[in-house]
Amino acid sequence: MSDVASQLTTADGRPLKAALASAQARAKRRAFFLVLPLLLFILITFAIPIGQMLQRSVYNDQFSKSTPALSEWFAANPKGTAPDETAYAALASDLLLMKETRAAGDAGTRINYVVSGTRSMFTKAARGADKLEPPYMETFLDLDKDWNDPRIWNAMRSAASPWTLDFYTIAFDMERDGDGKLTKVDPNQRVYFRLYIKTFFLAGVITAICLLLAFPIAHLLATLPMAKANLLMILVLLPFWTSLLVRTTSWIVLLQGQGVVNDILVALGIIGDDGRLQMIYNQTGTIIAMVHILLPFMVLPLYSVMRVIPESYTRAARSLGATSWTTFRRIYLPQTIPGIGAGVLLVFILAVGYYITPALVGGADGQLFSNMVQFHMTKANWSMAAALATMLLVGVLVLYWLYDRLIGIDKLKLG
Amino acid sequence: MVASNKAFVSFEHVQKSYDGETLVVKDLNLNLAKGEFLTMLGPSGSGKTTCLMMLAGFETATHGEIRLDGRPINQVPPHKRGIGMVFQNYALFPHMTVGENLSFPLEVRGMGKSEREEKIKRALDMVQMGAFANRRPAQMSGGQQQRIALARALVFDPKLVLMDEPLGALDKQLREHMQFEIKHLHESLGITVVYVTHDQGEALTMSDRVAVFNDGRIQQLAPPAELYERPQNSFVAGFIGENNKLPGVIEELNGDRAVVRLENGEKIDATAVNVKAKGEKTLVSIRPERVEFKPELIPEGSHTIDAEVLEIVYMGDILRTRMKVAGHDEFIVKCRNTIDQMRLEPGQRLRIGWNPLDARALDMI
Repeated sequence: MSDVASQLTTADGRPLKAALASAQARAKRRAFFLVLPLLLFILITFAIPIGQMLQRSVYNDQFSKSTPALSEWFAANPKGTAPDETAYAALASDLLLMKETRAAGDAGTRINYVVSGTRSMFTKAARGADKLEPPYMETFLDLDKDWNDPRIWNAMRSAASPWTLDFYTIAFDMERDGDGKLTKVDPNQRVYFRLYIKTFFLAGVITAICLLLAFPIAHLLATLPMAKANLLMILVLLPFWTSLLVRTTSWIVLLQGQGVVNDILVALGIIGDDGRLQMIYNQTGTIIAMVHILLPFMVLPLYSVMRVIPESYTRAARSLGATSWTTFRRIYLPQTIPGIGAGVLLVFILAVGYYITPALVGGADGQLFSNMVQFHMTKANWSMAAALATMLLVGVLVLYWLYDRLIGIDKLKLG
Repeated sequence: MVASNKAFVSFEHVQKSYDGETLVVKDLNLNLAKGEFLTMLGPSGSGKTTCLMMLAGFETATHGEIRLDGRPINQVPPHKRGIGMVFQNYALFPHMTVGENLSFPLEVRGMGKSEREEKIKRALDMVQMGAFANRRPAQMSGGQQQRIALARALVFDPKLVLMDEPLGALDKQLREHMQFEIKHLHESLGITVVYVTHDQGEALTMSDRVAVFNDGRIQQLAPPAELYERPQNSFVAGFIGENNKLPGVIEELNGDRAVVRLENGEKIDATAVNVKAKGEKTLVSIRPERVEFKPELIPEGSHTIDAEVLEIVYMGDILRTRMKVAGHDEFIVKCRNTIDQMRLEPGQRLRIGWNPLDARALDMI
């Protein structure tokens, strides 16, 4: 009888577990079919594009697709081998192929990313590819003495394989010198990584300002009577219902040199007519406009948390002898942490990837990292754009991980 | 006033309005002695909680003065009043452990660590929760949270403790148990308690005195027994316990003895409470357990009236009998369920009466 005890059966003798599984199978199948459309949607519009982006950042066959001979030579000769006559012969045969397929521009562009000013060497050499004759080395050096530059040959060796980390090297403001060692580029050419750090810093500043502004508003919303709170809520949400472009443009109207704010300050005699403040087309403009646009994302999670904190907590603290400041610091604030966490995370992530506002009002020093991604996209340098975008993604994921470690994702409360 | 100078807590002509149009509390005068357990009882919206909040300092009186230990406290902020308070939903800080909750009022008073620990331990032992110092409020049952809330309100040794429907969220059995515990704590600590509830049973079992609130006024302020047995007006009579109400007109008035003529012409005896003249309309209230139908128990010379038994509900300890009396078919009589009790049948007709002291001729509402 011990078998019966260890394996329960239904009344007609089927094992209970099997009966349970088959009884639930239908419901599970139906639930799966309900979420299937969303699953497919996410897969097609989100997972696959991100996968493609990641792949593009490390895969580029612009050069390698038209260099079978060079690829062979690079494979036969280890790294550091100086290019000999056979190497130049392989180069010549590949240039002939490029001339036929009109791929010299593409290939040159790929090398140009790593060693600037080299695109024209490829297009020029390919144009006369059918007239190249042995000895090839001299012929090439006659065309352009830079052809024996080891940096070009290193770049070609790297580009001869479609899989590459070149774009990440550039994104971290590094380059390979003649010996193939990684070195930092000239300080005045370090654009990407410095902008990356600045973007995170500015996003932090914007998040902090949003938090300072949103906290009192959210508290007011949570404590006002319903009718007044609704009106105020509409004012908070109003920006959401207006076009982003309109809002950004109105900031230009307000903040520009001859704008409303400057006019008022001059009229009040606070600043002289020649001392008008530059508040737009720079970092200040980016911060002001982005704080305005992202503020609701901070207010809403804070409000949703504050609304459910009963007044009796603060009353209890006061009756127990705490001043209003102590009550705020030790009782109220700790209970709003889930809302603060959600708002900070939301605003920060949005700010780090923000594009349109800095593009419109950022001027030269108010640009963010996304503007750089966009710049490379318009130049059809997909791999570079993908590498920069991946850096942003990784940065955000690291912060998300940190947040989970420090506060805990389960404490997040979005609404 | 001499009395108010001696009183530990006193309300003098206190009025409160939230909107400037209606008064929530109308001319409240109330004195509490030190060590007294006073309950504010009333339906919701009667102003009892507002009074408590004014005493705690969360609402300001629109008019009048509130004194604590002889000192006017209208302008004193809540954290300087030194009043312990227990809230309806306990209001235990969810992000702190029980120990931290109890430590909070001591920390804000700048008390040293060892002294704090000693006081916390004493307060927790007092409510038999000594083993729970490291729990979080969410990990405890309602009854346990209630005890912690009580311990937190007492841990800093306040002279006055306010309780705002503290047992409202507990089930019946636990509520009755906690009533006794709070009462015992009150007696052993010698603290003054102001307790707000809408549960009359709670008010009667726990209090030294009960203030019955309605419509922003105290309707009656009396010890529980007096409140139950000698209600001063129809509201109190109807609000505290069950009462039979018979409308009629004063036929004779002789001191506090009155004869009331009911609507069908029958006459009954009653004690005049707040009726002043012959011919005045009145509502006579009689407790269901004081109605008698055995002739030997009705005092000699009293009027008796006709009754018809309509329904008998067996309730175990008592038999609840519904009768038709003077045209009203909601007249209730409660009989103890004893062996020698007379068994009535629906449809049976009999004469009922009562001791005139138990029938109170009150105002018409």
